[in-house]
Amino acid sequence: MREYDVVVIGGGPAGLAACICVKEKGIDSVLILERENQLGGILNQCIHNGFGLHTFKEELTGPEYAKRFIDRAEELSIEYKLNTTVTDISTDKIVSYMNSTEGFVQIKAGAIILAMGCRERPRGALNIPGLRPAGIYSAGTAQRLVNMDGFMPGREVVILGSGDIGLIMARRMTLEGAKVNVVAEIMPYSGGLKRNIVQCLDDFNIPLKLSHTVVKIEGKERVEGVVLAKVDENLLPIAGSEEHYSCDTLLLSVGLIPENEISKSTGITLSNITNGPVVNDSFETSIPGIFACGNVLHVHDLVDFVCEEAKAAGKHAVKYLKTSKNVGAFDIKIKTSNGVRYTVPQFINPEDMDDKVVIRFRVANIYKDMYESIYVDDRRVIHKKRQILAPGEMETLNIKKSDVAGASSVLVTLEEN
Amino acid sequence: MEVKTLTCIRCPMGCLMSVHVENNKVVSVSGNTCKRGDTYAKKEVTDPVRTVTSTIKVSGGDIAQVSCKTSTDVKKDRVMDVMRALKGVKTTAPVSIGDVLIKDVAGTGVDIIATKDIRKINRK
Repeated sequence: MREYDVVVIGGGPAGLAACICVKEKGIDSVLILERENQLGGILNQCIHNGFGLHTFKEELTGPEYAKRFIDRAEELSIEYKLNTTVTDISTDKIVSYMNSTEGFVQIKAGAIILAMGCRERPRGALNIPGLRPAGIYSAGTAQRLVNMDGFMPGREVVILGSGDIGLIMARRMTLEGAKVNVVAEIMPYSGGLKRNIVQCLDDFNIPLKLSHTVVKIEGKERVEGVVLAKVDENLLPIAGSEEHYSCDTLLLSVGLIPENEISKSTGITLSNITNGPVVNDSFETSIPGIFACGNVLHVHDLVDFVCEEAKAAGKHAVKYLKTSKNVGAFDIKIKTSNGVRYTVPQFINPEDMDDKVVIRFRVANIYKDMYESIYVDDRRVIHKKRQILAPGEMETLNIKKSDVAGASSVLVTLEEN
Repeated sequence: MEVKTLTCIRCPMGCLMSVHVENNKVVSVSGNTCKRGDTYAKKEVTDPVRTVTSTIKVSGGDIAQVSCKTSTDVKKDRVMDVMRALKGVKTTAPVSIGDVLIKDVAGTGVDIIATKDIRKINRK
C-alpha cells in the first residue's frame, strides 16, 4: 500500500492552503484528492470580485484568488489527483478513493486533513408545498450553470433566502438579462453580508422582503409562480398576507451544510450545531491525526478566514507527524452562553496550545452595542465592544495562552456592559 | 446641508456611514473605520462606480467559458451597457489571467480582462 505523510481531502481553498503549509514546513510526501476536474473548489464558480482584501490587500475574483494558491501548490510540486472521489477513511488512516484511471485504490496516511467544504440545503429540507416542476434550483447550482456551463436557468426569478450566494445570484441573473422580482427572507434580518445587499439588490432595485417565505409553488411542468406570505415571530405564515409573484425560476439560498458523510462513517464526532467535526485548538478531530478546516468544519463567510484556519490545521498536522502523538488533548470544553451559538475550536488545551488561539463563533440573533467577553474561570480576560453583531457574520476573538494557564473553565459570552 | 447614509461595499465589514453633502460637495464622512470607506463614500455620492464581472464563451479550451472583469471600475449607469457589449463575444483558448478580451468596452475606456487561465485542448 502506498504511503503518504499527509493526505488532504479536497482541493479547494482550505485543502490547498493546508497542504501548502504542510509542504512549506518540510513534509514532502503529501497528496491532495479532488473530486472535480480542476483545483480551486467553489472559487471557480464565484466569478464576482471582493475576495482577498484581508490576505492579499487587493480585490480579486474567485478564480484569481484560487490561482494564487494553485500556482503556489504547483511551485511546491504538490501531488494531486483530479476527478477522484474518496469513498472511505478508516480510523487507522487508510484512505480509499476511486478514479477512472486507477480504479479503486487504498493508501495509508500519516495524518489526514479534511477539507471537503460544504453543500447547499436542498428544497427537501424546507417542506414547501406544491408539485415538483422544473425551474427550482439551489442558488449555487444556478451559479454553476450560469458561470461555468453558460446556461441560464430562467428569465423571471424569485429567490428564497438572502444568504450571500442568493444575493450574488440576484445580481448575476439581472446582469444576464433576467428579471429578479423579489428576494424573500424568512428571518427578520438577512443572512448575507451587508455590502452584498447594497451592491446586489439595492443597485438593481430588487426588493428584499424580510420575515417572508414561500408558501406555495405553482406550475406543473415548469414553475409558473410562487406565493409569498409574511411570517409571525414563530416563523409561521400569517393567513391573509399571501402575495402572488409570477416567475419561471425559484432559487433557494437557504443555508449551507458542511459535507461530512465520510467523516460520519469514519466515526468522527460531529457537532450538532455546526454539522462539522468537533475539534480542539489544533483543529484535530476526535480521531488522533485527522484534522479538519474550512467549510467542512463550519461554514465561513470569507475565504480569507478559511485559508487562515487551514494554514493552522496544516501546521498542527505537521506537529502531529513530528511528535506522533495527539497534539492537543480535549481538556477544556469552551462553554457558550447568552447568544453565542457555538465556538470553533470547541475544546482548548491550556498546556499545549499556541501562544495565541483564534476563537471563531457565531451569534444567534442581531445584537447592538454588546460586548464579546471571554471568562477564564471567574476572570474576564477579553471584553470587546461590538456596535453590531449578526448571525450572518462570523466573529473572532484571540485568546492568549497566558490567559488560560491553569484554568479549569473557559466561557465565551455576550454582555450588555 | 443634506445627510446621506451609505453602507460601505469596499470590504465585508459593511460600515454604516453618514455623508454630509452641501452644494453637491461632500463636507464630511463619518462612521467609516478606514480610509477606503472615506474614499468610497465621496465617490458614491458624487460619481458612483462598479467593477463588472461576467463570463465570455471560449472555444477549444478545457472549460467552455472564461470568467472576466472590467480592468478598473466603470460608471454605475454604464454597467448594463458593458453587459450588452459582452453578448455574443467569443474567444479562443489558450487564455491567461489578465489577457485583454475586449478593448475599450462599450466606449467606457475600460478593458475587459480574463480572470482565469484556460488551457487549449486538442479535441479529435
